[in-house]
Amino acid sequence: MKARIPITLLIALLVCFAGYAGLFIAPTEAKQGDVQRIFYFHVASWVAMFTAFSITVVANIGWLATRKPRWDWLAVASAEAGVVCCTIGLTTGPFWAKPIWGIWWTWDPRLTTTFLLWLLYISYLLLRGLVDDPSRRATLSAVFGVFAYLDVPLVYVSNRLWRGQHPQPVYFGGEGSGADPTMTKVLLIAMSAIFCVMILALLDRYRLEELRFAADELRVEIESRASDAGALPVETATGEGVR
Amino acid sequence: MNALRATGILLAKELRLEFRRRELLTATLVFSLIVIVFFSFAFDPTPAESRRYGPGLLWIAFLFSGSLMLNPTFSREQTNDTIDALRMAPVPPFAIVAAKLLANLFFLLICEAILAPLFGIIYNVSLAGIVGRLAIVLLLGSLGLVTAGTAFSAISAHARMRELLLPVLLLPILAPLLIAAVSATLALFADSPVLDRTWVTFLAGFDIVFLTATWLLSDFLMEE
Repeated sequence: MKARIPITLLIALLVCFAGYAGLFIAPTEAKQGDVQRIFYFHVASWVAMFTAFSITVVANIGWLATRKPRWDWLAVASAEAGVVCCTIGLTTGPFWAKPIWGIWWTWDPRLTTTFLLWLLYISYLLLRGLVDDPSRRATLSAVFGVFAYLDVPLVYVSNRLWRGQHPQPVYFGGEGSGADPTMTKVLLIAMSAIFCVMILALLDRYRLEELRFAADELRVEIESRASDAGALPVETATGEGVR
Repeated sequence: MNALRATGILLAKELRLEFRRRELLTATLVFSLIVIVFFSFAFDPTPAESRRYGPGLLWIAFLFSGSLMLNPTFSREQTNDTIDALRMAPVPPFAIVAAKLLANLFFLLICEAILAPLFGIIYNVSLAGIVGRLAIVLLLGSLGLVTAGTAFSAISAHARMRELLLPVLLLPILAPLLIAAVSATLALFADSPVLDRTWVTFLAGFDIVFLTATWLLSDFLMEE
């Protein structure tokens, strides 16, 4: 982990450059004006989110199949990183929608699906926080993670069918404005910037989980030695005695 | 013992347990009735409005009461550690889940069979010509609800704040089911009622996906 600081600085630099490129290098969109510039980070956050949530489900299955703790660390790290990216996408979207569509939000299939995806992974993290035994937490949350992943296409299809029968208040337009090569380049820079931030957060979170696991093992060992010597229970971080 | 026979025996046990006291059924029934009555304060319940909002109202009442009713499915096995006895029994884990799933389905359908006609009466929506078709929609919708709900109650039983956690896990997952069930019921409440093929197929698809997933994952749900 020696390279961590230089890599973090490098990614920070990349993010700054992506921001600069989005604001000053990319040409102004003809119809939407400067508001369209938010699109670079908006789209980039979705790409990072889909990657993160795909890692989560792979890690969930990995845990169920192998029971190696590192799959569980990966699952929680990627789910948290994915929720952060999802939140970025869900907040940057309305800032673009208000001036362009005239409304902050619409119950379009894509928007509804994303909102529910966000809720599902928030519930996933909530579930993890409420189960104490590490191995049981990993198994139960992995099962829920698989169910949640299966649900996403169903949410999309149902919303598609449902809203398809009614006229939409607004329609997605002008988003595929990738005709300008500079715009495409800026988008790719923003994508790699957000992607690197996501991976960095994921790895840090993974490391944290790894350390927690090691700390728990040490605590159990101290406790077993202490109980051999007839000492009092060791206080944990939450102030509860460990058995 | 084969899985089918084991499921049958466990189902009989679930039903016997509930019909001795009927507390789960009674409480669920009263709760959903309260939700249905309270919706009359949320909009003006003229017959025309009731046809428009009724399907959503009914399904939200079923979803809410279902998510509360499913709570004790596994948590009540923990009181006397009877869950360990079930685990030790020489039956496949899915038989335990399936028996509970079928029992829950049965309880929910009883509630619906009482509440749907009652809804028709107090909101002036005639259900006369659509009983059979409504039953299909109710059955398919409830099957999906209890499948996900039974699986998740096995999950939430091991967590703190489980009574609150189950609806939090279950309701977002059931969003597609709610959309499909409401749309199918809406088509039945129209002036010329039709059984919407698209939505019925969607409901059946949802049921199949979640039943298969529960079957595949039941070993993990039942492990110590």
